[in-house]
Amino acid sequence: MSKIIVDEQYLEIIEGTNLLQACLENNIYIPNLCYLKERKEKNASCRLCFVEIEGMPKPVTSCTLDVEDGMVVRTDTPAVRRLQRTAFQLLMSVHEVDCAHCPANKKCELQKIARFLKLGLKPKGLDHSLRELETDHDHPFLEYFPHRCVLCGKCIYVCKKRNGRPYLTFAGRGLDTQISFFGDKDPLKLPCAECLACTLICPVAAIIAKTDT
Amino acid sequence: MSKKTHLDESSNLFAQEEAMLNDIRCRLKDYSAERRDLIPILQMIQEKYAYIAPITIQMVSDHLNIGACEVYSVASFYNQFKFNPPGKHPVKVCMGTACHVKGGDIILENFERKLEIKEGKTTPDREFSIERVACVGCCALAPVVVIGETVHGNMAPSKVEGLILGFQIEKEKQARLKEKQARLKEKRDADENGN
Ligand code: SF4
Ligand code: SF4
Ligand code: FES
Ligand code: FES
Repeated sequence: MSKIIVDEQYLEIIEGTNLLQACLENNIYIPNLCYLKERKEKNASCRLCFVEIEGMPKPVTSCTLDVEDGMVVRTDTPAVRRLQRTAFQLLMSVHEVDCAHCPANKKCELQKIARFLKLGLKPKGLDHSLRELETDHDHPFLEYFPHRCVLCGKCIYVCKKRNGRPYLTFAGRGLDTQISFFGDKDPLKLPCAECLACTLICPVAAIIAKTDT
Repeated sequence: MSKKTHLDESSNLFAQEEAMLNDIRCRLKDYSAERRDLIPILQMIQEKYAYIAPITIQMVSDHLNIGACEVYSVASFYNQFKFNPPGKHPVKVCMGTACHVKGGDIILENFERKLEIKEGKTTPDREFSIERVACVGCCALAPVVVIGETVHGNMAPSKVEGLILGFQIEKEKQARLKEKQARLKEKRDADENGN
């Protein structure tokens, strides 16, 4: 067991537990979008899960650290909040905010994080612009909404884990990055009808079953 | 254009595609079935055919035994890989610094609108494709467009339509010429048979 202090709370954690995981399990919320417990190689792409750790010069992403004995962690310093708010607003600057028509409404991670960081969903002081993307809508079972997607990659991970290979991936680069279902669309050759794992893991309802549209 | 030549053209395209697939199938034998050969294979196809068709992506994924979408994911990350066949007249709009400053993006937009395709795409008849390129080396003429091998300097939005029209007129002229020759030949054949 490792003894650590998080925001003045003393915790006993099994050595080697992921720091973000340890905090969440002890009801200390740290905003996060791309963290998945089972995924060994952390994406660390959402840049929301910052904390400050005594002895480290700068805030660090908690999802990429393991608990070590004697760690002193702060999850709510001004530097941490500044980083989180910036990352969140950048994310939202390309997000289509239309909660009333979104199936994730009320159970959406973005709404939760906005509330936690005391921010609106529409970023202030940043341009809001939806990317011009060409998206295929010919998948027999799934529908993808690029302007909701936060590119966390969770869907790709669960699909590959479950089916041995992914049936969806990131395509493109930079601002043009999106999820693509490229490949054979023969309904009989796709495991999707019985699977839908990606739709369940997606934190923002960017992938949903066609039957739900 | 007559209906017959339309049919000819599409069956011609079909034969071309068939030949391409067979050729790529043969060439794939020179590559291992390991993932590290993915990019070399894509480069080979791009170099040989100037684009990577969806069906060839499927072929590569079968060869490497990975998902087609995994191949597409890698390929779509790099600018060097194209997914559309180049047009007969590839339009390269310069987006280098000088051309950018002189409104290259407006020229690009005009081509996109007139040809009704986006940058990176090819018209359905495969006559034109549009691409954005970096400095082509004649900044004094900015904004610059290169169509095929010909450099068009001091471009203006008003010149775009004329350029495209020029190619279309040329094409129709060729078609008329071909038809005329065909008619002449028919007549000659008929005359010969008559004798
Ligand atoms: S439904 Fe299942 S198999 Fe289909 S893309 Fe989603 S996770 Fe993959
Ligand atoms: S579709 Fe959902 S799970 Fe997949 S990358 Fe986008 S937000 Fe993440
Ligand atoms: S959860 Fe750590 S960077 Fe996304
Ligand atoms: S920038 Fe266009 S030719 Fe140099």
